[in-house]
Formats: sequence, C-alpha cells, structure tokens
Amino acid sequence: MLELTPDEWTAITLSLRIALVATLGALPLGLLVAWLLARKNFWGKALLDGLVHLPLVLPPVVTGYLLLIAFGRKGIIGAFLERTFGIVLAFRWTGAALACAVMAFPLLVRPLRLSFEAIDRKLEDAASTLGANRLWVFLTISLPLALPGLIAGMVLCFAKALGEFGATITFVSNIPGETQTISAAIYTFTQIPGGDAAAGRLVIIAIVIALVALVLSEWLSRRAGTRLHGE
Amino acid sequence: MLLVDVEKNLGGFSLSALFASESGATALFGPSGAGKTTIVNLIAGLIKPDRGRIVLGDEVLFDNKMRINLAAHKRGIGYVFQEGRLFPHMTVARNLDYGRRMRGLAHNPAETARIVEMLDIGPLLARRPGKLSGGERQRVALGRALLMRPRLLLLDEPLAALDATRKAEILPYFERLRDEAKMPIVYVSHQADEVKRIATRIVRMDAGRITATGGLELLSA
Repeated sequence: MLELTPDEWTAITLSLRIALVATLGALPLGLLVAWLLARKNFWGKALLDGLVHLPLVLPPVVTGYLLLIAFGRKGIIGAFLERTFGIVLAFRWTGAALACAVMAFPLLVRPLRLSFEAIDRKLEDAASTLGANRLWVFLTISLPLALPGLIAGMVLCFAKALGEFGATITFVSNIPGETQTISAAIYTFTQIPGGDAAAGRLVIIAIVIALVALVLSEWLSRRAGTRLHGE
Repeated sequence: MLLVDVEKNLGGFSLSALFASESGATALFGPSGAGKTTIVNLIAGLIKPDRGRIVLGDEVLFDNKMRINLAAHKRGIGYVFQEGRLFPHMTVARNLDYGRRMRGLAHNPAETARIVEMLDIGPLLARRPGKLSGGERQRVALGRALLMRPRLLLLDEPLAALDATRKAEILPYFERLRDEAKMPIVYVSHQADEVKRIATRIVRMDAGRITATGGLELLSA
C-alpha cells in the first residue's frame, strides 16, 4: 500500500521545499517584527500587531485572493517584480511559498516575541558595559537566549506551511509538479473515483512528517533549555 | 580621576549629585533608596542624566551642554552587579572572555591565568553559571569585569547576596585589587563594615542627595 507513484513523490518533495523556503524566507522579517513588538513602542504598533495576526483569523481564501490581486502578474507588486527582477510568483511554487509564509507568519512571530519579552534585559545591559554594541548584544545575548522560542516558532511555521491549503490554492492553483502540495494532492484524489488509496498514502505521510517535526522540535527545545540552565 | 556632576529625575525620585574621586576606592554609602545604584548606572552609561557632566581621566563621558553622551559599550568601565548577571548560555570561561572579545583586545593567557588564580575560579571554567554558588558567581563576575581591562571598576553591592562567610572570602580580593592593581574603584554599599575595609574615601548619600564627603572618619560620625 505504501508504494508511492512519481506524482505523489513530487507532491511530497514539493511540499517540503515550499515549507522550508517559506520558513527560512519569513525568518528575517519575523525576527524583526517580533523584536519591534517585544521591545519598541511606536505609533501604529497595535496596527502592526493586528496585521501580523490577520491571516490567522481571515478566511484563507481571502488571504489568497488578496495575494493574487497584489502579486498576480497584473497586480501592483507582481507587475513590478516581473518588470524589474523577472520574478513571477503567480501559479509558481515560489508563490506557494509566499502564501505559506504569509499564513504561517503569526505562528513564527508569537513564540519569538514571547521569548524576547522574557529575556532579562539586565543581561543585555551587562553585555553593553563589557563593550558589546547593540548588534553584538543581539547576536551574542538576546538571540541565543531566545533560542527555544526561535525553534518553536520555526517548527510551528514549517508545520503550518506544510498544511496550508486555502490561500495557496486560491493564489497559485493546484498544478501537479508546480504548486500541487500534499494537501492539494489529497484534495484532488478525494475528488476522483478510486483515488482513496492514493489519498490514504498521502494522509499517512502527512501524519508522519508532522509527528517527526513535533518530536524534533521538542528535542531541540529541551537541548536549548538545558544549555541555558544546566551546569 | 572621576568627576560626577549630575541631575536625574526618575518618576517621583530626584537625584542631584556632585563629587570627584582621585585614585583609590570611593564608597557611595547610604541607606537603600538613596540613589547609589542610579549614580553607578549613570557613570556606566546605562541611564542618561537629565543635566550635568561626567568626566573620567581626560575623557568627557557625558556633557549635556556639549551634547556628548558616550555609549555604554565605548566607556571601558567594568561593572560588577549585585546579582552577578553572568550569561547563562555561556560557560564560565566564555563569560570571562566576553569583554576582551567584544572590545577586540589581544588575548593574553598570562593575564587570564593570573586573574583566574587570584579569584580561585580555575575549577569552574568549564561549567555554566546556573549551578554556581553565590560566592562563586560574584568571583566570576569580578573576573569578567577585570578581564575587559577597565579603566574604572564599579562595584554595586557586590556582596549583598552573600552570607558572612562568603563575604569574608571575597573582601580580600577587593583589597588586593585596590592596593596591588591600583585600580580606581567606585564601591556601592549600605554596610559600614564593608565600606571600612574597602574605601579610601566616602561619599555619603541620602534621598538622592550627597550629605557628606570625606575620609573614613565619616563612618564614626
């Protein structure tokens, strides 16, 4: 039963690639936004907080549609990207990664923000008296101390990106080999007669990947935790 | 030489202080809430005065009229905090080496060995700060401040968290530092017995004001 067809393999590797690119791509902006929300007071902070969390509460199809309007080949940002850099996102796997990154962004930012808020700022003060400028304080003190939150955020982001369906299919459709992820493939198989076996195989794969990711993150967080508090 | 002439308002608390100290150990002495830690934080550059002037040697660290406010990481002032503030994710050895690396100073194994031996922290080097005792933690914190090669050492109630035995164990290190290394020290304390042993000069404070400056005779007054 677990003999996978080439199409199914493609859907699996494509899903992993999209989720990985989405997670790594969202990371720099996620760090910045989490830091701003945790540490700075500025005009429009509540608005930024709201914007970050919007994909969590909006219907995914709405997010996908907004992405299509903005990043489609005739969209404001999409047309600009194609004209200037030759980058096309609509109906490409890179577009799927963008949709996943937007949808998973709140899950990346939240644990990071909590970690940054939990850091004892007196340690950062101590580092600055020892000669570390702001960037070095961040790199050698704040970021390592926020490592458990960073791991949790990245795993949540990856898992969400792996399972994203609504926004992705709205923005980049369901093209085998290009934008058909595991979720989209399962959906497709359930729509055709005799597709149950294939859908079942992919369902099992999806469960296995999710479990491995969770166990791995638990292990990494524990290791990071003992590094912080152990002897 | 250190010159401090500062004013700072913090919520309901107002601080106004003027004192100078030559070499040796100057004690900021007074009850809690007198503003001693605030002064030390102003000298270190962790908080900014509202008005005034701070000069160390021939360098102006802060002057509101000249619009000078040197960032904390550029001041080269060693600071031992009341709670040690060791970095929990680094070994003791990495903690000790942190200031030297951040300031881009050359590695000097002989100096490190000398300070590690003086503070008797050799057996702790590979450990992380989490499980150190209070006394061990303060000795490492002192070593970390010394190894950044500071031009002034700020000690903010460095013994407050320790019991009498541990205090007696650490006090001699401060005396050696003052007498052998000729390190200028600003020592914050509300304990007369500590101040008597460490200080060569006393700045007595109460409620954000300096009430007296002078020698050790102030303690018996």
